[in-house]
Amino acid sequence: MARMKFLCDAERCIECNGCVTACKAEHDVPWGVNRRRVVTLNDGVPGEKSISVACMHCSDAPCMAVCPVDCFYRTDEGVVLHDKDICIGCGYCSYACPFGAPQFPTNGTFGLRGKMDKCTFCAGGPEVNGSDAEYEKYGRNRLAEGKLPACAEMCSTKALLGGDGDVVSDIFRNRVLLRGKGSEVWGWGTAYGKPSQGTKS
Amino acid sequence: MNMRSTIAMAMMAACAAGCGDKPQTASAAKKADGKAWDMAQSNHVAEGWKAGDQASWEAQMRLRAQGQNEYSRSAAAVAVAPTKTP
Repeated sequence: MARMKFLCDAERCIECNGCVTACKAEHDVPWGVNRRRVVTLNDGVPGEKSISVACMHCSDAPCMAVCPVDCFYRTDEGVVLHDKDICIGCGYCSYACPFGAPQFPTNGTFGLRGKMDKCTFCAGGPEVNGSDAEYEKYGRNRLAEGKLPACAEMCSTKALLGGDGDVVSDIFRNRVLLRGKGSEVWGWGTAYGKPSQGTKS
Repeated sequence: MNMRSTIAMAMMAACAAGCGDKPQTASAAKKADGKAWDMAQSNHVAEGWKAGDQASWEAQMRLRAQGQNEYSRSAAAVAVAPTKTP
């Protein structure tokens, strides 16, 4: 099996934020923490593109490299996880991550920065799979339930794909070949017309 | 209410505030994570694979991923899809 990966098709993403909502609901993610978010480029301009972003579970993860307490680890499926019992909440990983994946809950009387929280690819953490302790710290462990990440599985337009890197890239490649064209076939162009039409009016 | 009872109540409230804390244990050693194919102790496990069988779990993951491929789900789409893919 190849490494687990996310792949987002910018031609299909309609910025519905369903993936964000699914993630928050599935894992009871606290206020102020977004493990996943939708980023829109040229927002409001005809032809804008959106993409859903979370931890990319990098093969050579910079968060792992800079962590001073070595709380990160990688599973056999290539999912980058961390141990919250070791994390000291220093924030180095958030500076190192190019995607802004590490999040820090800021609850408490003095707004203290808590331990780091990030997308787990719905693979939980080092606690016993499916245990209450794992759910409380990391959320649901869907991989150990034979499922893929909730964000990708419930994406309404199937813009966000998640799973074995070889499989999702095959799905995406086949899709691109079949549609054969850009956004005029599927996505913004279908919904709102070609970008050039928007700029003329 | 005099000053002494006020102070006493404030002290009691401060002491009681600690009662809500859950016991915590600090372990410096990194824990070993369980394998995903060992199956979670959950009532929501998907059917179609066997616990402890890595090949079965991987097959389940590939099958599950095809749920994201509308070209394999829709008969009409399959009909128009080319038979040869690179």
